[in-house]
Amino acid sequence: MAIKIGEGPFNQRVEKGLNNPVMRGAVSSAQERFQQRKANAMEELGNWEEWRSLGEEIRQHTLEHLDFYLNQLSENVTKRGGHVFFAATAEDANHYIRDVVQSKNGKKVVKSKSMVTEEISLNSCLEKAGCEVIETDLGEYILQVDDHDPPSHIVAPALHKNKEQIRDVFKEKLNYTKSEMPEELALHARELLRKEFLSADIGITGCNFAVAESGSITLVTNEGNARLVTSLPKTQITVMGMERIVPTFEELDILVSLLTRSAVGQKLTSYVTALTRPRMEDEVDGPEEFHLVIIDNGRSSILGTDFQSVLQCIRCAACINVCPVYRHVGGHSYGSIYPGPIGAVLTPLLEGYEDHKELPYASTLCAACSEACPVKIPLHDLLHKHRQVIVEREGKAPVSEKLIMKAFGFGTSSSTLYQMGSKFAPMAMKPFVGENQSISKGPGPLKSWTDSRDFPAPDQERFRDWMKSRAKGGHMDENRYRS
Amino acid sequence: MKIGTVHNRDSFLENISSRLGRDTIETTVAQPQWSSSPQNRVLENATKEELITVLEKQCQVIHTDFVRVKQENKLLETLNQVIESYGGGPIITWDDPRFEQHGLSSLFERNDTSMWNPSIDDKNITLAEQANIGITFSDITLAESGTVVLFSGAKKATTVSLLPTNYIALIPVTSIVPRMTQATTIIHNKIQDGTVLSSCINFITGPSNSADIEMKLIVGVHGPIKTAYILF
Repeated sequence: MAIKIGEGPFNQRVEKGLNNPVMRGAVSSAQERFQQRKANAMEELGNWEEWRSLGEEIRQHTLEHLDFYLNQLSENVTKRGGHVFFAATAEDANHYIRDVVQSKNGKKVVKSKSMVTEEISLNSCLEKAGCEVIETDLGEYILQVDDHDPPSHIVAPALHKNKEQIRDVFKEKLNYTKSEMPEELALHARELLRKEFLSADIGITGCNFAVAESGSITLVTNEGNARLVTSLPKTQITVMGMERIVPTFEELDILVSLLTRSAVGQKLTSYVTALTRPRMEDEVDGPEEFHLVIIDNGRSSILGTDFQSVLQCIRCAACINVCPVYRHVGGHSYGSIYPGPIGAVLTPLLEGYEDHKELPYASTLCAACSEACPVKIPLHDLLHKHRQVIVEREGKAPVSEKLIMKAFGFGTSSSTLYQMGSKFAPMAMKPFVGENQSISKGPGPLKSWTDSRDFPAPDQERFRDWMKSRAKGGHMDENRYRS
Repeated sequence: MKIGTVHNRDSFLENISSRLGRDTIETTVAQPQWSSSPQNRVLENATKEELITVLEKQCQVIHTDFVRVKQENKLLETLNQVIESYGGGPIITWDDPRFEQHGLSSLFERNDTSMWNPSIDDKNITLAEQANIGITFSDITLAESGTVVLFSGAKKATTVSLLPTNYIALIPVTSIVPRMTQATTIIHNKIQDGTVLSSCINFITGPSNSADIEMKLIVGVHGPIKTAYILF
């Protein structure tokens, strides 16, 4: 699937999202559920800030010594009989995995949820090689069955669909005859997928955290599919982004605790599974052969830059769940498998600005994302930094912003024009001002803003007039420009 | 054991080192001392009884049936009751001396109970897949999250707690600790001592579930649909 998803320019994608009431309803109610659950889980801990600081400290330390910990990890995996492949590019990774699958004469591949395999388009590589590739996470299965609809959220990939749509997809593609009740839909998937697990040759997983001290791979899941993927097929291949590593099990404790609380508000997910080697003598389940593929694919070029902290990310989606822009435009608008604030920071770093220069502007810089992040990535600062780079170095500010700035420059360069403009504003905007004295459907350059947020209506009295009047002691409402 | 292969390591790691401003790959990093340890303060001074109360309460959150056996001689009776309430056999269990130690041998007199047996190889998987109930002991139990920690082994297969429709964990009171921290410390110490680590360590918190459809919780997806903890 690669990182880039969807067609058309950013504005069109946003427009499409805004005109999709089903998606907007699903996303806003999901955000509320996510936020409530996370708030409860944080409150129970009592000292969430201390946990966050510790999480940040661990992630920063690990990134600073990433060469050491990856070396240690690979030593420990191979010592216990596993194979390690370091892949500089997506292509290297795909070719290695395809060769392993072919050497096993593998025809059927079952996968548990993995963003990094989406990132490298592994499925299409394996399908081209003649394999059947089956996504087994319920959300990803739904998307795969629905003609490979792209994911719109990194934890709940099918968040943009409602249960009626899912029922219809199952009816059309899977001979489903029951209702839209989530339990019945899930049971149908369980029955179909159980057969696939039992007959698969190869299991492929992502990796939440590798543990350097033991060469263990940890998977943090709820459905049980990752356990099936790693216990039934004879060959297991795990694909990890190179930064997804902790020094020891003691740090794993902290990061898993932060991840499960931030992602879904659970103290722990149903399954946290630490896999340390292929099966030993007399063991009947677990893979006979284990391969770990460690992927760079652009990550190393972020190290040592102002953006290094983005690699602290543990993929919890807490930033996505609080983002007001995501709430309105939905995941697909970002045009990346990594949506929301984390996606807007990460995608241009991995893929370049050319196709993604609008993303850092898909933010109001309200900083809700930075506050939500369990490992304290300063996401809104990084978005701001991206804008600086885009404007200063790349000269690629989005067209709409260029126009506004040009108009602003023109308007402000002449005091007469400026005075006229600011006086005219309340009148010009009057047709757009709603009941709550704000503008929710703005014209022209304002539209991009008001599509996702309300804009305050221009005051009847200009700031400069207010200052003059205040100086004369005429107007004493001191608070009116503070909000 | 055969040592695995490793590909492209040097060039990959050297690139990282250079990005981090080093000429060569770091060969030692001192064990870091973190500036705080909030994890150690969770339920720090809780008594065993208090931990049991926390565990019991958490079981409601994780949709898990919780039964406490106060007299050890009632364990078998309680287990049989839970088995019946889940619809009886077929049953699959670990091959674990603790069944006998705790007076549960008669479980294996049922003709629909099978014990994991490495000598029958893949037939175990079929038995587990067809089983209505899987039963294991908990090796470490985490009060805060309501988690049973299972260390796999040749006779303690991971699929016993995964493939059957229902899962029962037998939890010795002595196995209860405050939270994940105590379990990861035990695992960390094993690694430091050079003890062979289980191929698979599972932290299991209730039945499998998903919220992938409209964020509505579905209990029972690919793993067990119902789970019971029996504390004794």
